[in-house]
Amino acid sequence: MTATIYALASAAGRAGVAVWRLSGDGAGPALAALTGRPLPAPRRAMRVRLADPSGDVIDDGLALWFPAPQSFTGEDVAELHLHGGRAVAQALAEALGRLGLRPAEPGEFTRRAFLNGKMDLTRAEAIADLVDAETAAQRRQALRQMDGGLARLADSWRERVVGLLAWLEAEIDFADEDIPAGLMDQVAGAAAALAGELAGHLADNRRGERLRDGIHIAILGAPNAGKSSLLNRLAGRDAAIVSAQAGTTRDVIEVHLDLGGWPVVLADTAGLRDAACDVEAEGVRRALARAEAADLKLAVLDGATLDLATLAVIDDATLVVANKADIGACPDRVAGRPVLAVSARTGQGIDAMVRALEDRVAARFAVTSAPMLTRVRHRAAVEECREALARFDPRAGAELAAEDLRLAARAIGRITGRIEVDDILDVIFREFCIGK
Amino acid sequence: MKQTSSCDVIVVGAGHAGCEAAASAARTGAATLLVTQRLDTIGEMSCNPAIGGLAKGQLVREIDALDGLMGRVIDRAGIQFRILNRSKGPAVQGPRAQADRKLYRLAMRDALDETGNLGLLEGSVEDLVVRAGRVAGVVLADGRTIACGAVVITTGTFLRGLIHMGEKTWPAGRIGDAPSLGLSGALERIGLPLGRLKTGTPARLDGRTIDWKSLDSQAGDDPPVPFSFLTQRIATPQIACGITATTPATHAVIRANLHRAPMYSGQIQSTGPRYCPSIEDKVVRFADRDRHQIFLEPEGLDDHTVYPNGISTSLPEEVQRAMIATIPGLERCAVIRPGYAIEYDFVDPRSLSRSLETRAMGGLFLAGQINGTTGYEEAGAQGLLAGLNAARSCAGSAPLILDRADAYMGVMVDDLVSLGTSEPYRMFTSRAEYRLLLRSDNADSRLTPKGEAMGCIRSERSDRFRKKSAAIARTRAVLDSLRASPNVLRGHGLGVNQDGVARSAWDLLAYPDLTLARLAEVWPELAGIEPDVAERLEIEGKYAGYLQRQEADIRAYRREEGLALPADLDYGLIGSLSNEVRQKLAAARPETLAAAARIPGITPAAVTALLGHVKRQGGIV
Ligand SMILES: Cc1cc2nc3c(=O)[nH]c(=O)nc-3n(C[C@H](O)[C@H](O)[C@H](O)COP(=O)(O)OP(=O)(O)OC[C@H]3O[C@@H](n4cnc5c(N)ncnc54)[C@H](O)[C@@H]3O)c2cc1C
Ligand SMILES: Nc1nc2c(ncn2[C@@H]2O[C@H](COP(=O)(O)OP(=O)(O)OP(=O)(O)O)[C@@H](O)[C@H]2O)c(=O)[nH]1
Ligand SMILES: [Mg+2]
Repeated sequence: MTATIYALASAAGRAGVAVWRLSGDGAGPALAALTGRPLPAPRRAMRVRLADPSGDVIDDGLALWFPAPQSFTGEDVAELHLHGGRAVAQALAEALGRLGLRPAEPGEFTRRAFLNGKMDLTRAEAIADLVDAETAAQRRQALRQMDGGLARLADSWRERVVGLLAWLEAEIDFADEDIPAGLMDQVAGAAAALAGELAGHLADNRRGERLRDGIHIAILGAPNAGKSSLLNRLAGRDAAIVSAQAGTTRDVIEVHLDLGGWPVVLADTAGLRDAACDVEAEGVRRALARAEAADLKLAVLDGATLDLATLAVIDDATLVVANKADIGACPDRVAGRPVLAVSARTGQGIDAMVRALEDRVAARFAVTSAPMLTRVRHRAAVEECREALARFDPRAGAELAAEDLRLAARAIGRITGRIEVDDILDVIFREFCIGK
Repeated sequence: MKQTSSCDVIVVGAGHAGCEAAASAARTGAATLLVTQRLDTIGEMSCNPAIGGLAKGQLVREIDALDGLMGRVIDRAGIQFRILNRSKGPAVQGPRAQADRKLYRLAMRDALDETGNLGLLEGSVEDLVVRAGRVAGVVLADGRTIACGAVVITTGTFLRGLIHMGEKTWPAGRIGDAPSLGLSGALERIGLPLGRLKTGTPARLDGRTIDWKSLDSQAGDDPPVPFSFLTQRIATPQIACGITATTPATHAVIRANLHRAPMYSGQIQSTGPRYCPSIEDKVVRFADRDRHQIFLEPEGLDDHTVYPNGISTSLPEEVQRAMIATIPGLERCAVIRPGYAIEYDFVDPRSLSRSLETRAMGGLFLAGQINGTTGYEEAGAQGLLAGLNAARSCAGSAPLILDRADAYMGVMVDDLVSLGTSEPYRMFTSRAEYRLLLRSDNADSRLTPKGEAMGCIRSERSDRFRKKSAAIARTRAVLDSLRASPNVLRGHGLGVNQDGVARSAWDLLAYPDLTLARLAEVWPELAGIEPDVAERLEIEGKYAGYLQRQEADIRAYRREEGLALPADLDYGLIGSLSNEVRQKLAAARPETLAAAARIPGITPAAVTALLGHVKRQGGIV
């Protein structure tokens, strides 16, 4: 018997309204027991008063009833719209527990929906992403995927591979029949073309994943250049300690920002110099490592002071700013690149800097019309498919060439969830959050 | 009812399925009786006198690896041996041989006579005896009853067989043989769903009236490569066959008479094999072609009958004669027997479990064309499994179940029982996902040990197999131990990357065109390896990288295959499945999750739903 599960579907904490969701065979009986009334008409809100099994009133609210299979999970689902707040939540949880329900595990609702065939894997992932979306770009991407864009693209790739495979198999199994000459060359050409297309999708700067996980921007510069001050200014709060002492910041400090709709992880780092002690040396090492991993870098100069360590990190993915424009002169160009004069203290030039960052981000991560690979798992599958297609060599023998196409088809099939073993599900669903 | 006798296993019909079934049941230790309409048609080749071919050749090797008859019999009766697809890799090559039909029948009869535990009985089985939901015997046409523990039915195209030749039709099992009418009813009463299929055969020609001199000919391989792992060499004389082709005049004759072809006049409704079309089909479907090739295959050494391969037809007799006269070399040819089409009942194989036992009735097994397949090899392979499992069922032991990574046999049975078939099912290499592994050269390594565990392998084969396996292992160890640097190899004219990394002889086998003979020039100790051992190692060396990748796939497949779906699973309980999916699953009743996943129209989500449901029920075995 499937356990019936429940969870808070709206954000936790104090709120005007809290939405609870119940799913499983026990959802109907539980709803009836709590309301002391027959089930409401399917998909119609009904005003109810909830009481626990011993008759104590829990709350007043709305109840909705979604009988299987026309529900989010494909099972019987009940939804309760109650008042927010700890006391109500506790009372409800206790009552549901006494009625034999248990709290949902992370991702369990979506997992059930997927298991019940309500959605393919990419759509299931998109729902999790949508729920987690913090910025407009993230939301757009998740919606697109939920709409099936990625699934359609993957399916079309798969169909093409399977089509080629069929040609090849004809050549093998009907060798004594009249198969058109030159078939192998055509298949080889088409396989190479598809491999090229896949490579194109793979060379997307990991846009989809970046958009999902956040674009990493690292702030780098000499000690006391005002890096932490800039971070605080962008974050709008005192996230990092600021002091006149050089070498204040030691560790990498991250803040998550919405930069004109883009999800950004902005990292403050230790000032770059020959370190005075071990702890600081470690900080510098981490700063440089972060610089290496970042999608974009913000190099901060201390006014007109040019230090070699900062100059060394500047490259095409770097925006250069000179801080403390309020108290001194700033260079116009450094290392062949324009320099923006800013002041973390007065806010001068900060808007221009934000716009410049947005432009950089947009240029690199702008969503094209093609669906994005939003997860490592998608990328791995496409990469495996591309590798198999690239290996494809008709001269190695038709049977080996066919084998490569078979592997290619299998790899791509994994994107939409042609699962071979259920343990991949466990991995995927660990990523989902409770009650969604 | 008069009860006359009893035994363990009764096999009904001594075609290709029946002979293998009877022999394997007997080898497995069951007292077995083979009942067939006529003893003189045992092992009769109803159609083309040839065994093997692409994928079919692999099946014959598998039959042989389980100590079956077909490989040994064709080795004694083959008059032209050829490996097909020679230009392609070893995994997709297929041994094929043309048979002397009479020699084949006699050799098959000998093979059965040499089998202990086995009796033959001439008679027609018309009904089954059922006791307590299990089959308990058969009823013969004369009313006699024979009791037994299990029955294997292998009646081929005989069930309510109906021959079509132009506008004429008459009931028959094949030309010259009576149909089997009673048994269909018996099967229906048990609740087995029956369907109709059709197949056809060309006219037979008098070889003495063919102008051979004007035709090209095709010889077999020299030396001929035998089918059986036990055969040392082929002793039958080898012949060539002639090659000719249809002409525009042939096509004109056919077009002018299409309305008289049963398939086109609507007289035949049932489905024939797409891959084995009649000549009228070919002319209609490939209207732009002005010639179709024909092989003229002698049916025997001292038989002037010739089988014209490629012009199967059911046109009226006089049209056949007119058509044949338009073919180069056949202008003055005499027709011995016209071609015909035959319609027959088959049982939807989804009513079988993977042991080939019917789900509806314990102890009742079906094999061969009755299960919707076509071809001697497909029939023989099923026969072997069904006979073996019938014997095991009598003894109360577990059946031999082969999966898709074990053998073509496993692929075929899995396809049949989980997908069913809408046209006569024939084996192709592309049906096998793991075809690089399922080769004809290693059928013995794949299956002989399984056969030994089942008790169906005689000691002669066991000994031979053990010796060969040991030689392979020994040689493999030598190949691993011999190493040489790129420099040394270059000295022998072997161009490998000059990267300073030493290669083993085994590594080198993966290089295209490197054979053991060539490597023996570097390492003289590699000279003189037995040919069958060398062949195996060369192939495995060539495929090593791919085989390794496939192993991972196979592990994944076997994990899914390990997820058994309960036989009584109520698909209605899985709320989210669409009606269509539910119906498909209910019809197929897949035994495992892997089988479910292969049913067309079963979406990944549906598979997952199934998995989820079964897991929640704790039904995973
Ligand atoms: C006209 C024709 C054309 C064919 N064309 C092709 C082709 O193009 N390609 C191809 O691959 N295959 C073809 N075949 C199929 C091939 O011959 C069969 O697949 C193969 O012979 C099937 O083997 P089987 O053992 O299932 O049955 P069969 O070989 O048909 O043997 C059945 C046996 O059962 C016996 N029998 C039947 N009923 C009873 C009964 N009630 N009691 C006792 N004995 C019984 C019969 O006497 C016979 O000996 C053709 C067959 C025919 C008849
Ligand atoms: N006048 C002026 N002072 C600034 C400005 N930005 C930062 N400061 C001062 O410069 C000093 C260093 O600032 P931080 O933000 O701590 O500098 P940092 O780059 O993080 O330094 P470390 O963490 O030590 O590497 C502090 O005293 C700040 O108040 C600015 O725009 N104008
Ligand atoms: Mg700082």
